[in-house]
Amino acid sequence: MIALVDYGAGNLRSVRNALDTLEVESVIATTPQELAGADAIVFPGVGAAAPAMAALRGRRMDRALIDAIRRGTPFLGICLGLQLLFERSAEDGATCLGILSGTVDRLETAEKLPHVGWNTVDAVAPHPVTAGLEGKAMYFTHSYVVAPQDRSVVAGQTIHGVPFVSAVAVDTLVGVQFHPERSGSAGLGLLGNFVRFANQERARAAQADHSLP
Amino acid sequence: MLLKRIIPCLDVAGGRVVKGIHFRQLRDQGDPVVMARAYSDQGADELVFLDIEAAPQQRATLVDLVERTARSVFIPFTVGGGIRDVDEIRTLLRAGADKVSIQTAAVQRPAFITEAARVYGSQCIVVAIDAKRETDAGWRVYTHGGRQVTDLDAIGWAKDAERRGAGEILLTSIDADGTQNGYDLPLTRAVANAIQIPVIASGGAGHPKDLAAVLTEGRADAALAASIFHEGAFPIADTKRYLREHGVPVR
Repeated sequence: MIALVDYGAGNLRSVRNALDTLEVESVIATTPQELAGADAIVFPGVGAAAPAMAALRGRRMDRALIDAIRRGTPFLGICLGLQLLFERSAEDGATCLGILSGTVDRLETAEKLPHVGWNTVDAVAPHPVTAGLEGKAMYFTHSYVVAPQDRSVVAGQTIHGVPFVSAVAVDTLVGVQFHPERSGSAGLGLLGNFVRFANQERARAAQADHSLP
Repeated sequence: MLLKRIIPCLDVAGGRVVKGIHFRQLRDQGDPVVMARAYSDQGADELVFLDIEAAPQQRATLVDLVERTARSVFIPFTVGGGIRDVDEIRTLLRAGADKVSIQTAAVQRPAFITEAARVYGSQCIVVAIDAKRETDAGWRVYTHGGRQVTDLDAIGWAKDAERRGAGEILLTSIDADGTQNGYDLPLTRAVANAIQIPVIASGGAGHPKDLAAVLTEGRADAALAASIFHEGAFPIADTKRYLREHGVPVR
């Protein structure tokens, strides 16, 4: 079962509809217990960082998210759900989850902001979830971007006047700046990759449990 | 590179897609959800639904349409037409719309833009501007589906809307709308040059060359059209091929 992180402001409907289309069961998680018990977590965030973090803390879901990700629960962060993985956002000075080191900064570009529309993802690092993403156009809508301290987590970049990080991947954690649930068949492809990856990870974890002495 | 967006517009009334000329003479065009899915499959980058009746008693029909569309369409879509308060915005976004377009209510009470953007984020607040050329220089803003003149200058109002938190401007030329003689390039360029947020050009598309012109000379970020897609003269795929061949970056 995939848990969708609900902190009260994000619109989960479109991600849930996309998972329904892929015939994957999902549950809206509003408590730390629901996150702790999830096979996989999708965090589709919209809006500003500070109110989202306040809402997560209010529901005690911040700690549960950190624990689940550290335990290796397959995780997909979308847009703000990617940005909140970092330490701090310049958008409103919010302290974020700090699972990845680095900050969230306003995109320094001569092009128009917000960056709204379809743009391609390049320099894609190999990962089961990002398979087939290279060169694909995905739908973006944002003005802030992540700046990871450790460049090895970067799994994709996009150019809007200047290059910025549009995907990260570390082990079972993946985050994307674009909206796969709004990116047509390419987006559904990435969500399908994530679902298959989550299933494989669960099978592997089950096998590891059985092989214990 | 950020690609130029091609956006079919579905004018809806009584749960059906209709099309008029100069906001009048409505003709039935089909079922909104069926058409939305077909456009998405053909490569549309985004969709706009405009409730042209905007009658409060019809809202349930519109919300139902949004819910059904969201279940089977996985590209962004905007809903507009008579939206007057943040509660209506909440209802439409919860039903699955990605953005809402506000127009008359924003002109009557500009603080509405700020309130909406503060609650839901600028990314989902599109301010629609209907503009008509004045006999002297400049363009005047109209409301109520082009029937009511205001004292606002289109460029000044676009800048004000941006400052108040609009995420995009949907700019319709009343002069060009329904003529199929091309977009109003001077209007579009003037507005696009005056603001930082994206401009969606609307009104007057009759041929893919019109879209090419407004996305290059007109400096628009996206081109919205209805009849050329609905009537099958230029399917989305052919239109995009034409644009690609003429150097306009599209998906």
